[in-house]
Amino acid sequence: MQPAVEAPRFYSTEEHHAENGTLLGFWLYLMSDCLVFACLFAAYGVLGRSYAAGPTGADLFDLPLVAINTSLLLVSSITYGFAVLEMQRKKAGAVLVWLAITGVLGAGFISLELYEFMHLIHEGAGPQRSAFLSSFFTLVGTHGLHVTFGIIWLVVLMVQVAQKGLITENRRRLMCLSMFWHFLDVVWIGVFTFVYLMGTLK
Amino acid sequence: MTLFKNLRAPWRSLCLFPMAWLAGCNTLVLNAPGDIAAQQGRLIVVSTVLMLLIIVPVIALTVFFAWRYRQSNKEATYEPDWDHSTALELVIWSAPLLIIIALGAVTWISTHTLDPYRALRRIDDTRPVPQGTKPLVVEVVALDWKWLFIYPEQGIATVNELAAPVDVPISFKITGSTVMNSFYIPALAGQIYAMPGMETKLHAVMNKPGEYEGFSANYSGAGFSHMRFKFHGLAKADFDKWVQAAKAGSNTLSREAYLQLEKPSEREPVQRFASVAPDLYERILNRCVDTSKMCMAQMMAIDASGTGSVAAYPVAASGTSPTGQGMRSYVEALACTTDNPEGRPIAVAAVPTAN
Amino acid sequence: MLASDDLTKLIFGRLSWDALPLHEPILLVTFIAVAIGGVAILGAITRFGLWGTLWRDWITSIDHKKIGIMYIILGLVMLLRGFSDAIMMRAQQAVAFGSNAGYLPPHHYDQIFTAHGVIMIFFVAMPLVTGLMNFVVPLQIGARDVSFPFLNNFSFWMTTFGAGLTMASLFVGEFARTGWLAYPPLSGIAFSPDVGVDYYIWSLQIAGVGTLLSGVNLIATIVKMRAPGMTLMKMPIFTWTALCTNVLIVAAFPVLTAVLAMLSLDRYVGTNFFTNDLGGNAMMYVNLIWIWGHPEVYILILPAFGIFSEVVSTFCGKKLFGYASMVYATVVITILSYLVWLHHFFTMGSGASVNSFFGITTMIISIPTGAKIFNWLFTMYRGRIRFELPMMWTIGFMITFVIGGMTGVLLAVPPADFVLHNSLFLIAHFHNVIIGGVLFGLLAGITYWFPKAFGYKLDPFWGKCSFWFWVIGFYFAFMPLYVLGLMGVTRRVSHFEDPSLQIWFVIAAFGAALIALGIACFIIQLIVSFIRRESLRDTTGDPWNGRTLEWSTASPPPAYNFAFTPIIRDSDAWHDMKANQYARPKEGFIPIHMPSNTWAGFVIAALSAVCGFALIWHMWLLAGIGFVAMIGATIVHTFNYKRDFYIPADEVVRIESDRTRLLAASPT
Repeated sequence: MQPAVEAPRFYSTEEHHAENGTLLGFWLYLMSDCLVFACLFAAYGVLGRSYAAGPTGADLFDLPLVAINTSLLLVSSITYGFAVLEMQRKKAGAVLVWLAITGVLGAGFISLELYEFMHLIHEGAGPQRSAFLSSFFTLVGTHGLHVTFGIIWLVVLMVQVAQKGLITENRRRLMCLSMFWHFLDVVWIGVFTFVYLMGTLK
Repeated sequence: MTLFKNLRAPWRSLCLFPMAWLAGCNTLVLNAPGDIAAQQGRLIVVSTVLMLLIIVPVIALTVFFAWRYRQSNKEATYEPDWDHSTALELVIWSAPLLIIIALGAVTWISTHTLDPYRALRRIDDTRPVPQGTKPLVVEVVALDWKWLFIYPEQGIATVNELAAPVDVPISFKITGSTVMNSFYIPALAGQIYAMPGMETKLHAVMNKPGEYEGFSANYSGAGFSHMRFKFHGLAKADFDKWVQAAKAGSNTLSREAYLQLEKPSEREPVQRFASVAPDLYERILNRCVDTSKMCMAQMMAIDASGTGSVAAYPVAASGTSPTGQGMRSYVEALACTTDNPEGRPIAVAAVPTAN
Repeated sequence: MLASDDLTKLIFGRLSWDALPLHEPILLVTFIAVAIGGVAILGAITRFGLWGTLWRDWITSIDHKKIGIMYIILGLVMLLRGFSDAIMMRAQQAVAFGSNAGYLPPHHYDQIFTAHGVIMIFFVAMPLVTGLMNFVVPLQIGARDVSFPFLNNFSFWMTTFGAGLTMASLFVGEFARTGWLAYPPLSGIAFSPDVGVDYYIWSLQIAGVGTLLSGVNLIATIVKMRAPGMTLMKMPIFTWTALCTNVLIVAAFPVLTAVLAMLSLDRYVGTNFFTNDLGGNAMMYVNLIWIWGHPEVYILILPAFGIFSEVVSTFCGKKLFGYASMVYATVVITILSYLVWLHHFFTMGSGASVNSFFGITTMIISIPTGAKIFNWLFTMYRGRIRFELPMMWTIGFMITFVIGGMTGVLLAVPPADFVLHNSLFLIAHFHNVIIGGVLFGLLAGITYWFPKAFGYKLDPFWGKCSFWFWVIGFYFAFMPLYVLGLMGVTRRVSHFEDPSLQIWFVIAAFGAALIALGIACFIIQLIVSFIRRESLRDTTGDPWNGRTLEWSTASPPPAYNFAFTPIIRDSDAWHDMKANQYARPKEGFIPIHMPSNTWAGFVIAALSAVCGFALIWHMWLLAGIGFVAMIGATIVHTFNYKRDFYIPADEVVRIESDRTRLLAASPT
């Protein structure tokens, strides 16, 4: 049962735009990144109790410090969420404010983490000391590197939103950074639990 | 493109393969004098035959269909839209499935029977291992680029020469000193990796006297091609003579001699040692022949229990955490650097007497 | 005094004049040849004023067709290098017996077998496969390009610069001497302190990023950009295998990234992931690298399976038998490929139950693979087979690959593997499936789609010469290796004592010589086809009476692929259109939205190669500058919002009218 056929059946004469794949593509990349973290977690799982008669997690982990760090990161996820809400309300100025707060919180997280690393290395508990410390520094450090890149991206995006406003392209980028930021949050929850909490249990 | 030209080369190429296999029928792996290797060789033949049940018809059908349905053959039926048949699909999926189920059963059983870690139950296919037989224990160390064999019960050691009495089960304990190697004597049994700090095991028996090749089957560096040794299957009396000859020599495999031997060298000639330092193999396995290093077993015990004889080693000054809490003392080691990849401590610690 | 030495160290790291192979005649001669050839090519480009065209139309191009072609050129060039390594190995092993040490000392031989493996897998097979998928998939789904055209360009240049780094190791420093997977502790800093393993790591990390992003790109393309009406179960089968392949890429390459990163930390920072002391565990490397490594080989073979499906269907003039079954088989293979990795190291001592589990899962993969073979067979059944070159490659594949598959299932029985692991039997097996499967598939695909890409067919005579030399050469080169494996001979050995082995190595060397002729014939085929292109011209766009959408476009297609987006009603869309009085639109064309070219991919990739080279040689200053420059270039690129343009309607009219004229003039 065909409609009256003037229109061709095999092609469309209107302008056809394929669906935009940016969010899917970014999600796929993020999942591959998740796999990188999975490998690092696996390495930590295998090597995480190989202390080489050196310091253990119980000796080294400063849980109050890690708690502060974790709150900074978790709150930064909330503030990013506010930024996205403001984006949906088309308030570029408010978006910039919330992004700035997120960036500051993220920078705080990184600073505390760097402080922790410097202290450990100073104590002789650097990544070279044992397989446990190698996998610890690499897992936590890779996460920190990702957060650092996220902050750089955030700053660049702030400049771009300030310059061009909340155009479609910028909105897509804000959504991608949002996925990235929340993903790092989730990974940190894994790190916090699997590395710090369980590592201190001994 | 005539059909004949199409046929010729596939047939031509196919002829090479069976010829190769026929030549292969006389090969060592399929005709090994050691019982374990012999069983493994038979397994290869059985598996191949099972699979040929599928492979031969597939190749035959390929050639046949290519010939019959060639464009120039107008007599063949042409059904351009026939693309589905449930019955055929069922056959296509079930036939290989059945073969794989059979092969899977063979795999499960043979993998357990021929597990290198499993002590032997039989000398060959007619004789089980007699009650009360003590296997010959040989400790194997893969070095750069030679093999060290220690006979703990006979108190001797050899480099690049292995001997064992025929029809006596051999129990190998295998480790390495530097990199991954693979201990392999094709005439005797399958191979197993030799890895530093780890011990693998192999159980085998040689049923025919003779001289056989042994080598490393995992590339390990510049001297790999010459990391070969001879394995002598000897009658019992000859084996005893061989042991006596080794004991008659004057070399001792002390710790210092071992540390010398450990240095990289290629094409090592056969060496024999009339006596071996006590616990040498244990120390090699635990990577503490060099007494400035902590034995791995002790290190792992400390790690597992959180306590241990740390007092014998240089300990860290008691540190403080960022929030000012005190920290437990732990062993301090020099950090691994590219100059000191093993992280040896600067100061040589007091050696623990019992280990 | 203070400055000079430290300054030299800061700028040049451990790079010095010693890194040049001035005392090695083979390398010196190779370098001179490459230098002369390189100068000749650069000179020709300059002489004919082609730099502008090169930059505008190729280097900065985001057109999936051009990028696909560039990938294939890269793969073919690297094939020559990888094959030279093979010839050198065969020559050494044919003569090095007893007192004859051969002409390659272990120091070189060991680099050659390492480089051979790395190059063939990463820089020949992967680019060829990626290139074909890039070229064909958008055309098959009725799209104008991939989802992320800039990323596509970037991926290509990352792969190319990764290959470039490996090639650089030939003349500056040396390559790894560890085997293609660089197991520690041998690849750790203690036993490989020189630059070789660092070249390996950074080449693969850079190329790996390119491949991963390519995977993301093609999945998004297939999911989002199919023409209206093309449901998943109406996609061409090659697109299905491309989808599964790219899922494998996205799921496997991160593991490679992670494990090589850990190895590089061990080497650069002194961590203890894989060291012998202080808690490291080399077995973990083996596990991780094979968790990547096994899916990798399926990444190579699945597109080849897709190519064979398209070729069999086209050249038998028949719908592919069991399309749904083929799709399910492909998906099952994709999933199962993650459950078998341990079969690469049964001999590492895992214990019988673990070994059996992985052995059995490995065997299970042969069931969907076998189903595919049967489905191809039954596509041939009651078809009308035209023995054009792609079909010849397919028949060669069907016979050769099943033998290799059989020996693979054989190796999957752990006790059998205990005697065959790392032997020449293993070498014969994987070359059997890679050459018989991947390479034959790639050559079939290249021959099949060449007219689409360039507008003329490849010369059949030279193609057939190449085919016969390859097939016969393959059997002569690798059947002796099965025999040698059964005689107990192991791999990677550069010198032998037992003279009874020599005849087999000589036969194998003869086989390699035949393959060399096969490659030579292929190159001649390319040249002759170009010279004779007018007589081989394809004016219809459908030289093989194809069934899928790419054959509805011109040969070569215009930049925009389709003037109007197709609407799909059935699988084998083009066949459906031809069978239902499809009339090609001749008017009503509208402006077409297209992505613009970009410098950013090339520049960022080049900077990453600079950074990689600097890291290899411990030139920390340059590495830091290179890295910062990379970030900077990326940020600059993100400020470019104007990445698209419209092809004006009258341009489209002109192009389409040209095609109308061509079609009218061609013989029906």
